[in-house]
Amino acid sequence: MTAAQTPPEVAQRGFVQQLTTSVNWRTGLLIPFLAVVTALIIGIVLIMLTGSSFGQAMDAYAALLQGSVGSVKAISETLTAATPLILAGLSVAIAFRAGLFNIGAEGQMLVGGMCAVFVGFSITGLPIYIHLPLALLAGFIGGAIWGFIPGVLKAKTGAHEVIVTIMLNYIALRLVDFFLKTELFQREGRNDPVSKTVEASAQLTQMLGWMNPALRVHLGLIVALIAAGVIHWLLFRTTTGFEFRAVGANPSAARYAGMSITKVYVLVMMIAGGLAGLAGSGQILGVLDRATPGFSSNIGFDGIAVALLGRSNPWGVVAAAVLFGGLRAGGQQMQVSADVGIDLIAVIQALIIIFVAAPALITAMYRLKTPAVSTQISKGWAS
Amino acid sequence: MELQLRGITKRFPGVLANDDVSLTARSGTVLALIGENGAGKSTLMNVLSGLYRSDAGEILIDGVHQTFRDPGDAIKAGIGMVHQHFMLVPVFSVYENVILGVEPTKAGGVLNRREARREVKEISERYGLAVDPDARIEDLPVGIQQRVEIIKVLLRGARILVFDEPTAVLTPQEVEEFFGIVAELKARGATIIFITHKLKEALAVADDITVLRGGRVVGHADPTTATPEELAAMMVGREIDLTVDKEPGTPGRTVLELTDVTMVDDYGRPLLNKVSMSVAAGEIVGIAGIQGNGQTELVEAITGLLPISSGRVEFDGADISNKSVRDRHVQGIAHVPEDRNDMGMVGSFTIKENLVLDSYYAAPYSKAGRLQRGSIEESALALVEAYDVRPPLIENTGAALSGGNAQKMIVAREFSRDVPLVICAQPTRGIDVGSIEYIHEQIVRKRNEGKAILIVSTELDEIFALSDRILVMYDGKIVAERLTGDTTPTEIGLFMAGKGS
Ligand SMILES: Nc1ncnc2c1ncn2[C@@H]1O[C@H](COP(=O)(O)OP(=O)(O)OP(=O)(O)O)[C@@H](O)[C@H]1O
Ligand SMILES: [Mg+2]
Repeated sequence: MTAAQTPPEVAQRGFVQQLTTSVNWRTGLLIPFLAVVTALIIGIVLIMLTGSSFGQAMDAYAALLQGSVGSVKAISETLTAATPLILAGLSVAIAFRAGLFNIGAEGQMLVGGMCAVFVGFSITGLPIYIHLPLALLAGFIGGAIWGFIPGVLKAKTGAHEVIVTIMLNYIALRLVDFFLKTELFQREGRNDPVSKTVEASAQLTQMLGWMNPALRVHLGLIVALIAAGVIHWLLFRTTTGFEFRAVGANPSAARYAGMSITKVYVLVMMIAGGLAGLAGSGQILGVLDRATPGFSSNIGFDGIAVALLGRSNPWGVVAAAVLFGGLRAGGQQMQVSADVGIDLIAVIQALIIIFVAAPALITAMYRLKTPAVSTQISKGWAS
Repeated sequence: MELQLRGITKRFPGVLANDDVSLTARSGTVLALIGENGAGKSTLMNVLSGLYRSDAGEILIDGVHQTFRDPGDAIKAGIGMVHQHFMLVPVFSVYENVILGVEPTKAGGVLNRREARREVKEISERYGLAVDPDARIEDLPVGIQQRVEIIKVLLRGARILVFDEPTAVLTPQEVEEFFGIVAELKARGATIIFITHKLKEALAVADDITVLRGGRVVGHADPTTATPEELAAMMVGREIDLTVDKEPGTPGRTVLELTDVTMVDDYGRPLLNKVSMSVAAGEIVGIAGIQGNGQTELVEAITGLLPISSGRVEFDGADISNKSVRDRHVQGIAHVPEDRNDMGMVGSFTIKENLVLDSYYAAPYSKAGRLQRGSIEESALALVEAYDVRPPLIENTGAALSGGNAQKMIVAREFSRDVPLVICAQPTRGIDVGSIEYIHEQIVRKRNEGKAILIVSTELDEIFALSDRILVMYDGKIVAERLTGDTTPTEIGLFMAGKGS
């Protein structure tokens, strides 16, 4: 009797819903925490499998810690890596909330970043307080357009957003290659695809640059944190967010309540795209100062992991992004000083996500009491 | 097999759902379990079927102690549960659902479809449960879906069958058939536990009756001597008046008018066939009919959830045929939907969110696109109090409410709106007698305030108790219209079966 064995919560809320939104502290905090701990423990085993001793594994973790939070520089690197992850994570998270799976953050980052870089280098002579917001706005709009396409196709034709966003990622990737070879974008006197440099007035200033120019953490972090606050406010304090959440949790009840599912799908994908566009812009305006092929470097995909770990809660996303940012930054240090490949970080990240996605594993491992089944199952007439 | 529960206690955060419950279901008999909404009946049965682990107490079958770690254990022990909400895969066919988990296979694990269909057919014939083994679940009316659930349990060889409010969705004829099945099962020595809010049914089929209130057993009754009034008083703890007192209505201006409304399905078959009807201010119009004769579609045509293919829907004199759900809602249509889980609420939303599910966008619940949490909370507290939603914890999710309390929450939401037309589809499905009394009073009160009320119910008793005028739907058409005083349940029953003249 398979149906009865399905945890009813899952059946009622749908798989994606179940995975991505926390119901309580247990799914929201405890399970992610244990997932991280477990993944790190398995990481030790993996390091030892490669012939290292336990002591060396511990050294590697010490380096990881050192490289992520051990110094001002380390913290700066962690936050620099976390910045685009927050925005990409928010992009995926808000779509999750409305029941959509945005695999397209990567492409939206690219399109947004290209718009931002264009505004960044093509306009000159503006003060920073006009030029920078303008460049960010361009990035947001570019991403929003790239999100609008799957949103409208889903709403009007039912085309699955996963397929459409994946395809749009490829298109965006190639478009970047193409544009970087055009006169409009390509840096004068260069044959390789690299864009002109963003004007200083459109750059996200290094916040700690006055202490040490090597501290890369930039104003984009503030932008990302504000975005998290705005998205949280939007989701939980506004009528639009109420609609997003209702459509995501039970589309037929949303229709009954007179909500326009079309409007929600289009709007949420535009916002999601815009956030990813900001992530791309942040990389361009804050770190790279120019566009190069594939400058999104998989951050859009990591955003999916961040949203999952953060349970699609904006502050959860921030926490998850900082964790992943720390793993990225610390991983560099680990590679240099403990000679443990940075690939291990990717493995640990993947393990975390597996454990978060399969909470039953964690529940069984730590013998947590199974939570009371909170509802029965989908289609019935009573409750 | 004899089933004994001893001292079962089950606690949810903030709620003691079962408190030291003991009961016995004798071998080859029917035990009726009755009690108010939220009394703990479903919880007790979920403990019995291994879905919940009890905090204390034990389960004995033929005197042997049982431990159920999951539903699989309970099934192995011969316990079969037909849930209050069905556990079916909507996109699977009937036979696929039935054999799920016990699939007959050919060599190499290939599904033996013919064998599967045959098994399903055999059981459905043996117990008179007519279903098309190849129909998709989502295309079937709830009444038929329930038969699938019963077949499923029987196929797994259950000897103790638990039915959680099985008759709530059935038509009078189907109820008769269902009782036939129960008699058949009993004759074969099965033990049956039967949860119901319909006291007459409990008296008609049960050999023993156990009453729960507030999670405790408050008494037992002997069906040969007890009366519905006595049972109601035991359940609720006070006297209940099971008849609705009301003056005849005084119909005023026409509020809702349908002219030749036709709706077709994807294949062009008519779901509604030239339906014309009207509801006036200050009257209650009842739509009687067997489930699946177009009532659902009629309501969705009026509320705008489904498009009509021809005809006109007028509200307050204006043509609303092409208006959106939201427009109609704003113009003044309140709607208690037939399917409370699927449509009426968002299970993962809190009670306070569910209470503004369709009015969140308007004042006082929002201002310039911002939700006004103060007003939402204030109104939620007032509504759970007024409509006696229990437990009245507005931060709990809708899904944590018992069936009847979820319905009360939805009724509270829709009835609190001061609008000219109120449509109630199955307004008291799954609700205990005390709450039915209350909801019926509210419906009559709304009418007396001059609202137009449209009731859709498969319960003839309810139609007769409330309606000023009765319309009968059969096969997508309105086949009869009678003033309540000028007709009898027998006559309406014949029309419902398509046999009236
Ligand atoms: N998963 C849950 N989490 C929290 N509380 C719950 C949960 N399930 C049930 N309850 C509470 O336990 C009590 C008993 O609920 P139960 O569903 O057993 O009632 P019931 O007798 O079946 O009522 P009804 O006739 O309305 O179906 C109610 O107060 C209900 O709110
Ligand atoms: Mg119940």
